[in-house]
Amino acid sequence: MAQFTAPCPPREGDISRRSVLQGAVALGALGPVRAADVVPHAAIAVDHKSQVSKPMTSYIGTATSRIDGHAKVTGGAKYAAEFNVPGLVHAFVVASTIAKGRILRIDASEALRVEGVIDVLTHEKRPRMADTDQAYKDDVAPEGTPFRPLYDGRILFNGQPVALVLAERWEIARLAASLVHVEYEQEAHVTDPYRQREAAFVLPEPAKSRGNAAEAFAAADVRHQGEYHVPIEHHNPMEPFASTVTWDGGGKLTVYDKTQGVQNVQRYVCSIFDMNPDDVRVVSPFVGGAFGSGLRPQYQVVLAVLAARALERSVRLVLTRQQMYSLGYRPAMIQRIELGATTGGTLNAITHDAITVTSQYEDFYRNETTWSGLLYKSANAQYTHKLTRLDLPTSCDMRGPSATTGVYALESAMDELAVALSLDPLELRLRCYSDRDQNNGDVPFSSKNLRECYRQGAEMFGWEKRNREPRSMRDGSELVGWGMATGVWEALQVPITVRIKLTANGHAEVACATSDIGTGTYTIMAQVAADALGLPLDNISIKLGDSTLPQSPVEGGSWIAASVSNGIVTTSNAIREELLRLAKRVPDSPFANATSDEVALADGRLVSRLDASRAISIADVMRVGAVDRIEQEKSTSFANDGKHAHNAHSALFAEVKVDEQLSVIRVTRIVSAVAAGRILNPKTAHSQVMGGVVWGIGMALHEETLIDHKFGRIMNANIAEYHVPVNADVHDIKVIFVEEQDHIVNPLGIKGLGEIGLVGVAAAIANAIYHATGKRVRDLPITLDKLQR
Amino acid sequence: MINFHYSRASDVADAVQQIRADPAAKFIAGGTNLLDLMKEDVERPSLLIDITRLPLKTVGETAGGGVRIGALVPNSDFSYHPLIEQRYPVVSSAIRAGASQQLRNMASTGGNLLQRTRCAYFYDTVTPCNKRTPGSGCSAINGINRGHAILGTSEACIATHPSDMCVALLALEATVHVAGPKGERAIAIADFHRLPGDTPQRDTNLDRDEIIIAIELPAQGFAKNYTYLKIRDRLSYAFALVSVAVGLEMDGGTIRQARLALGGVAHKPWRDFAAEAALNGQVASPETFRRAADVLLRDAKGFAHNTFKIELARQAAMRALTQAANGTPQSQSNKKIA
Repeated sequence: MAQFTAPCPPREGDISRRSVLQGAVALGALGPVRAADVVPHAAIAVDHKSQVSKPMTSYIGTATSRIDGHAKVTGGAKYAAEFNVPGLVHAFVVASTIAKGRILRIDASEALRVEGVIDVLTHEKRPRMADTDQAYKDDVAPEGTPFRPLYDGRILFNGQPVALVLAERWEIARLAASLVHVEYEQEAHVTDPYRQREAAFVLPEPAKSRGNAAEAFAAADVRHQGEYHVPIEHHNPMEPFASTVTWDGGGKLTVYDKTQGVQNVQRYVCSIFDMNPDDVRVVSPFVGGAFGSGLRPQYQVVLAVLAARALERSVRLVLTRQQMYSLGYRPAMIQRIELGATTGGTLNAITHDAITVTSQYEDFYRNETTWSGLLYKSANAQYTHKLTRLDLPTSCDMRGPSATTGVYALESAMDELAVALSLDPLELRLRCYSDRDQNNGDVPFSSKNLRECYRQGAEMFGWEKRNREPRSMRDGSELVGWGMATGVWEALQVPITVRIKLTANGHAEVACATSDIGTGTYTIMAQVAADALGLPLDNISIKLGDSTLPQSPVEGGSWIAASVSNGIVTTSNAIREELLRLAKRVPDSPFANATSDEVALADGRLVSRLDASRAISIADVMRVGAVDRIEQEKSTSFANDGKHAHNAHSALFAEVKVDEQLSVIRVTRIVSAVAAGRILNPKTAHSQVMGGVVWGIGMALHEETLIDHKFGRIMNANIAEYHVPVNADVHDIKVIFVEEQDHIVNPLGIKGLGEIGLVGVAAAIANAIYHATGKRVRDLPITLDKLQR
Repeated sequence: MINFHYSRASDVADAVQQIRADPAAKFIAGGTNLLDLMKEDVERPSLLIDITRLPLKTVGETAGGGVRIGALVPNSDFSYHPLIEQRYPVVSSAIRAGASQQLRNMASTGGNLLQRTRCAYFYDTVTPCNKRTPGSGCSAINGINRGHAILGTSEACIATHPSDMCVALLALEATVHVAGPKGERAIAIADFHRLPGDTPQRDTNLDRDEIIIAIELPAQGFAKNYTYLKIRDRLSYAFALVSVAVGLEMDGGTIRQARLALGGVAHKPWRDFAAEAALNGQVASPETFRRAADVLLRDAKGFAHNTFKIELARQAAMRALTQAANGTPQSQSNKKIA
C-alpha cells in the first residue's frame, strides 16, 4: 500500500492496514507530535466499573444545537474572505483558455495601465518558488508531479491560472484581468474519459483476490453483468475558495484560508516558499462546506502568499464560482460488475473492475472496487482498477470518495441480480450478508448492525407492501417505484493532539488544530469535553482551525469526530489525574488513597466513584494546589487493531414517482437507517445524513460536469447550469440511527458520519426508478430523456 | 466586467434620447440577466441608463377590455396581480414557473422579453459564438446542445429563448408597446422575437433606440381552460427543456378556439397556426391532441444531444392540451404533473 500513499514525512500510527480508502489512511500523524507522551487509548468517559455517581453523559448523545449557530446566522462567524486589514490588495486570477500547450507570451501592459493596478504576476515575473516536486507535495498529495501555480509556461488544463492581477480594489483587478493578453502554442488535448478508455493502465491490485471469480461466475446458476457510468462531478461548496494573507511585518504571514487542514496548508506554504514555520500561521475558523475539495491546499493560497511576498502587503484572492471548476473533482468512473449466484440467492462470484480518471501529472485514485467483496459474502472475488489520464486538473476526494461511486455500481448490480433471481432485493442482501471482512484476513467487524438498519428502515418505509413486479405500482398518472440499497464506509481514526486548559472558575478551553467544515465539530467537541470534565456545556470554549494549535491531520474521511472526541477524553483524564494529585494535598483529603480510576469529574467537582459524598470542588482543589489553572496536552493514537474490520453501514429505501408519459421523476420518500456507532449529537448527525441524502438525489438525477471535448473546457461551470437539487426536488427524508455499541473501534465507540449519509443513496433511487418504469439506466445522472421509450 | 458610466432617465423621452446618444449604452431595470452578462464580459456597455424610476409600473384595464402592464412592473407583481390571476391565469402560472421568487421580484416585465439565450457558448467568451461575435461560428451545433433548439434553427445559431412568460404572452397574442425617437408603436408579440437566420446577434425586432413601455393583453384570457406545463431537468429553478402554454375556448367537448405555444424549443417562443387549426372545431380527444402535436413538431430537427426534445415536446403538448381541456391546469407549486 505504501506505493499509493504520498511520500510524506515519516508518519506513525498508520490507522488501519485494511483500509479500503487507500491513500487516505496515510493522513495520520503528520509532522512532529509535540506532546511527550502519546497515550495509546483514551479511557472511556463512562466507566462501567463505577459503583456510585457515574459521571454525567448528559451531553453526549443529546440533541444539541450548534454552539457556533448564533455566530453563523448573525454574521459573526468569519470566513477566509472576510478578514479585513487596512491596505488590503485584491487579486484576480487570469485563467488559461486552452487545455494543453504552453504560453508563448503574456502582454500585461494594458492591464498595468489601469488606474489602481499594482502589478501583474506571471511565471516570468514572480518571487522565487521551490523547484522540486517534493516541495509541492502536501500531506495528502497523490503520486506524481504536483501542479505548481504560475511556475512555468506549460498549460496542463483549461482554466489553469496563468497570471495574477493585483489591484487596490477587487473590481479593478477583475477588469484588468480581462485585459491581460496571453498567446499560446496549443497542443492536442484529450478530456473525454471514453476516448481514453483503452489507454487506461492497470493499478496495483486494490485488494487480494480470493478464489477464482471468473470460473465461479462461469459456473454460477444465475449471472448478472453490467457496466455502470458516473460522470465527473464537482463539489460546489457554498463558500468559494479564498485566501486572505496578512503581511504581519518581518516577513511573517497570517493566512486565512478555506481549507480542511490548516496545518497541511501551513507546511505546504512553508515548503514552497522556504519559510520558517514560525513565520506562517494558517487560520480557518469556519468553512462553508468543502466535501473533500479543501483537503489539499488549492492554488489560490499559493497565489495569495506569492502576491503578499511580492508586494510585502496583505492580499486577498477569492476564486469566482466559475474558477472553482478548475480545482479537483470526483473522477468519472466506468465500472464493470459481474455477480454470480446460486438459485438460492447466495453470491459465489464478485468481479468489480473500474476505470477512473486523473490528470496528466498526478495519479489520484481511491479504492472503488473492493467495497463489493467487503459488503457481501462470496468465496470468489476479484478486483481490477485502471486509471486513465486526461488534460484536466487532478481529480480528488469528494464526499464518500470511492464508496459513493463504487457502491452505486455494486448496489445497482445487486438489484439487477435480485431481478434475475426473482428475489426481493432486501432478501438478497440478507442472504448475502457478511459478518466478516473477507478482503482482509476474514476478520469480524468491530460491530455491524446493518441487519437492524435493514429491519428498521424497511419497517419505517413499509417495504413489505412492495409489489416486486416493475411498473406494478401507480399513483394516478405516475408510476411508483420502491428501491433499496446498502451503504458502507470505514470507521477511520487518526492520531491527534488536544490541549485543555481548566481554570479554577470551572471553565475549560479545548484546543486542537482540526477544522469544522460545517459538520458540527465545534459542538461535538464541546459536548464531549463537558461530559469528560463534568462541566456545563456553556463553560466549554473550543479553539480549532488554527495551525498554531495542537496537531491534527486534515478533516476528512469521517475520522475527526472519533479522533478528536477520544483525544478530548484522553486529555480530560490527564486533567483529572492532575486534579487528583493536587486534591491529595488537601488536609484530610477524601482522596488520600484514591486511584485515578476511582474518581470522576462531575458538576464542577472531583467526585469519588465509590462514594458520591466524597467530593471536592475544582476551585478548592486549585486553591489548595496554589494554581489558577491546569493545562494538559495529550496526543492520542489508535493502535492498529488488525483483528477487526471497522465500518459504518446504512440501509436506504427510496420511493420515486415517475410520470408515465413525460418521465418526470420525483423522489418522494427516502428512509436512511444508519449504524455508525455512538451518535454524539443526534441533531447535527441528522442534518449531516439528511444532507447526504439530498446530495444522493443530486447524484442520481442531476449532477454532471459537462465538458466540451473540442475545447477541453467545462461548459456548465456555474450553479445555474450545474444542477444540484433544489427544495422542490427534496421531499420526505427520514433518518434513523440504529443502536450500535462498539467497545472495540475506540473507547467512545464513535465511527463518524461524514460520508455514510451519501453512500448508497443514488443506487436506491436508481433501483426505485427501475422498479417504477421497468427501465434500467446505468448511466448517471438519470435525466428524463434516458427514460424515454 | 468593464468600467461603465451610469445615468438615470428622467422620463421615457429622456431614456430614448440618452440611448440614441451612445451606441454602446444599455437600459437597466432589474438587471437579473444584464449584470450576469456583464460579469462574464458578454455585455460590455459603456453606459447603463437606469430606467427604474420611469412611471411604467402600473397594471390597468384598457378601453378594449384588455389589461395593460407597465414595462417596469416586477415579474412577481405581474404574476400575483388579481386582474392577471383572474383573467390571464396562464400568464400568472408561466411567470411562476420561471426563476425564483427573489429573481421574479427584481426582474421587470420588459426585461423578461429581452432575456438573452442561456447557451453556454454564448456565455463563454473563449468559445466562438455567432450571436456574441457574428461570423465566428456556432460552437453549439457540434458541441453540447442538449438544451438547444429543435425548431426554426439556422446554421448560424441553435440557441433558445429562455423566457416562460413570453410563451404565455404569445399564446394570448399580447402586444408590446414601445417608444422610440419617432414616437410610440405597437409590435405583436409574435413579431417581437426573431428566428436566428444569419443574424443571430439580433434577438428581437426592437430597434436599439427604442424602449419597451408596456405589454397589453387582449380581452380573451382563456381563464377557464388553460395550462402552462414546463418540463425541465430538476423540478424548479431550471430552464425549460420544453414548455407548453395552452388556452382553449371550449364549447362543451368541442374546441372552439385553441392557442398553443412552445418554449425551450426555438430562438423565440414558438407558435404554429397550423397546429391550432388542427384543434379548432375539433372534439377534445387524445387523437385530436396527437394530430395537433404532430403538426406542431412536423419540422422539428434535433442535434446530437437534443433529439429527445422532439418526442418530449410532442408528449408535453398533448399533456398540456389534456390539462387545459379538462380544466386541470398544471400547478407551479405541486410538481406532480397534472
